[in-house]
Amino acid sequence: MHEMSIASSMLEAVRAEAARHNAHVLALGVKMGALSGVDSESLRFCFDALVQDTDLAPLSLEIEHLPWRNRCHQCAHEFNVEEYRTECPRCGSAETEMASGQELEFTYMEIEDNDPCTSRAQSLERK
Amino acid sequence: MTRVPLERKVLNENDRLAADLRQGFQRHGTLCVNLISSPGSGKTMLLERTLESFEPGRRIAVLTGDIQTDNDAQRLARYGFPVRQISTGGACHLDARMVTTALAEWQPDAIDLLLIENVGNLVCPTSYDLGEEARVVVLSVTEGEDKPLKYPATFHSADLVVLNKVDLLPYVPFRMDLAREYIRRVQPKAAIVEVSCTSGAGLDTWRQWLDALAGVAPAV
Repeated sequence: MHEMSIASSMLEAVRAEAARHNAHVLALGVKMGALSGVDSESLRFCFDALVQDTDLAPLSLEIEHLPWRNRCHQCAHEFNVEEYRTECPRCGSAETEMASGQELEFTYMEIEDNDPCTSRAQSLERK
Repeated sequence: MTRVPLERKVLNENDRLAADLRQGFQRHGTLCVNLISSPGSGKTMLLERTLESFEPGRRIAVLTGDIQTDNDAQRLARYGFPVRQISTGGACHLDARMVTTALAEWQPDAIDLLLIENVGNLVCPTSYDLGEEARVVVLSVTEGEDKPLKYPATFHSADLVVLNKVDLLPYVPFRMDLAREYIRRVQPKAAIVEVSCTSGAGLDTWRQWLDALAGVAPAV
């Protein structure tokens, strides 16, 4: 059960972003690969438990699940690995390598923009 | 509401510390190996037999992680090499910070081989890079040959899978051909060695793998 420590790492990042933008963070987007080794249900449980009744609430966790994908060395075809079948479905080669599926990454934060300074800081940042 | 893009890893802090560790290991010529397995698969005994096989004076050190007790450190300390226990006090895995702290009292350039025994757990240690050069997953034949399929993330991250306790094969319904097939499906590049720490079978192959990694000519 390492989801609790992962959830607290996430909240550290939320606090840092909230301070940087001087605004409340409303939602956190993450992408999670099928082979990330993290259980999304227990992550949600831990995340909500750590957020509840703190200054971080309300804060929602939005998880995008990514499948395990391999790429074929022979024909460069990329495909979803299902039932642990790692052979290339197009050319049959067994020489394939993981292309994605191990991700555990932040993708975005939704922040409240109630402060004109914040919007200015953001527009500067985009440049 | 504004959406701010945020593209970085969740375990960014751990990855940063692990990168520092890796850099330090490379600078000092330390080979770091991270051993992962479920509880009771024989990591500690494999380490005992490994330490036993090295002549005294070799610059080897061991970090061993457990939730509680220093039993493993006591077992491993008998072989005369420096051993430090990391008691995680509840955490189910070692992380790069714990390793950094544990290493602080040792001379960084005095270790040629650092063996890290992770907390017995086939899930959580997978996500935590410890700066290791190689990751070894130990699977014992009493556990069932389908573990690689049940824990694909862990086996996918393995450079080497040690199939341990092969002396028990006559007594358990473990199919070695299936185990190898399942490991290959999850990580075709992983090397596989079959060992028995009780009989000593295969330990020379394991030792050769370690020596090859360390760039040392294998002991004849």
